[in-house]
Amino acid sequence: MSELDEESDDEPAETDGGVRAYTVRLELVDEPGELLRTLEPIANNGGNLLSIHHERGNITPRGHIPVEVDLECPPDRFEGIVEALREAGVNVIQAGADRYGEELNVILVGHLVESDLSDTLSVIEGNTHASLVDLSLAAPEGMDAVSSARLRLAVDTGRAEDALETVREIADEKDFCVVEPLLGGDA
Amino acid sequence: MRLAILGAGAVGRSVADLAGEYGHEVVALADSSHAVVDESGVAVADALGSKDAGDALGSSDPADVFETDYDVLVEATPTTLGDAEPGFSHVERALTDDRHVVLANKGPVAERYEELRALEADSAGSIRFEATVGGAIPVCSTIEDCTPQSVTAVRGVLNGTANFILTRMAAEGLDYEHVLAEAQDLGVAEADPTFDVDGTDAALKFVILANVLSEGGFSLEDAEVTGIQNVPGSALDLAAEDGRTIRLIGEATREGVRVGPRLVPENGALAVTGTRNIVQIETKNAGSLHNSGRGAGGPETATAVLSDVGRLPSL
Repeated sequence: MSELDEESDDEPAETDGGVRAYTVRLELVDEPGELLRTLEPIANNGGNLLSIHHERGNITPRGHIPVEVDLECPPDRFEGIVEALREAGVNVIQAGADRYGEELNVILVGHLVESDLSDTLSVIEGNTHASLVDLSLAAPEGMDAVSSARLRLAVDTGRAEDALETVREIADEKDFCVVEPLLGGDA
Repeated sequence: MRLAILGAGAVGRSVADLAGEYGHEVVALADSSHAVVDESGVAVADALGSKDAGDALGSSDPADVFETDYDVLVEATPTTLGDAEPGFSHVERALTDDRHVVLANKGPVAERYEELRALEADSAGSIRFEATVGGAIPVCSTIEDCTPQSVTAVRGVLNGTANFILTRMAAEGLDYEHVLAEAQDLGVAEADPTFDVDGTDAALKFVILANVLSEGGFSLEDAEVTGIQNVPGSALDLAAEDGRTIRLIGEATREGVRVGPRLVPENGALAVTGTRNIVQIETKNAGSLHNSGRGAGGPETATAVLSDVGRLPSL
């Protein structure tokens, strides 16, 4: 076990807000045992493997094999997993924040302030698969008139519809109009 | 082909005007109260001139149209919802008489699709309805060419009025009411724009597409429809902050039909501007196809009718 492994095995995983899905793109050398060597640091650092896409037929110009790994872990453990992979000599191509799950923009229109905006946001954040990244409010007619808010949500991969359903429910309850993103298709 | 045209509004008149150019002959033309019938070819300009002067289109009764020796009935009467009458009965009569029918009227295809197909199955004639979806844009024929089974979804903008209003709101920072008034002055929006802005018109088109994908099963009441009346200028500003805009987008899949204001990338294919329409046809094996163009207008829609006529087998 490497030093890093020991360090991160000290305490149980901090699960503030639960686990999140991440995608990591790697490049492996085409040698026996390489894939297994890659997966160990993930498991040893609190990551739960969801899927592995091993593109054997698709060799990179440097003769490596691209592999895409989907995993789940508490957000504060992800950096540790990436470091452990690099420590183990695995070539990590992409593990940036912009690859973590999906981002969702949605606009709400209505009496947002009067109807308790912070309650609305906490209901949306109550969905374990979504968290609010930022919010932009436009109330040109004043806070007690109809206003619009754009919510940017970070959503676990494959959970966009689930998160949107939470938004729809609270919008329905508070009589907001929802402008949803167009998912699917290359709009 | 010998055409009998029901409806002398923008589309019916343009079909009559352009039929000769496409190698067809008009043998009957009717509005809701009169008809002109001539088996050796209707003098279209004279008949329409007479209507424009406030006189009758011709001396015959609209019912006489069905007694004419025609090959294709062009159903271009105004779209009606629910039982889709009188359009539906016109189609029924023509199919029962073993004639072809080309529809520009959305009502029967959106509301009574299975009944139309059942009538067609018992007839020597067949039905086509390219003009009901997206005016000049080949949508139904593209799906037909891809074969409906390999199309997984159709999305897009199929109402020019709503798209014009949203485009102007975003560009000028104006509110809905201001832009609607402007659209009415320009003739882009009708005096009563309800069906355009509340999403009904777009929904009818996407219901038709869902019917094509699923071989029936949908009508307007199955569609989930939201209009653009409640979209304020501030919502478009917020969307623009993030490189997005709002468009009235319809989606038809085998699961259902949905029409509503949606966030789309500002420079994406679906964010067409002005009155332009677009459809994105998502296929199983060939990615997405985009067809864009004029989604309304007399001559534009008439070209779709005449393309359909050209695809019909001889009886």
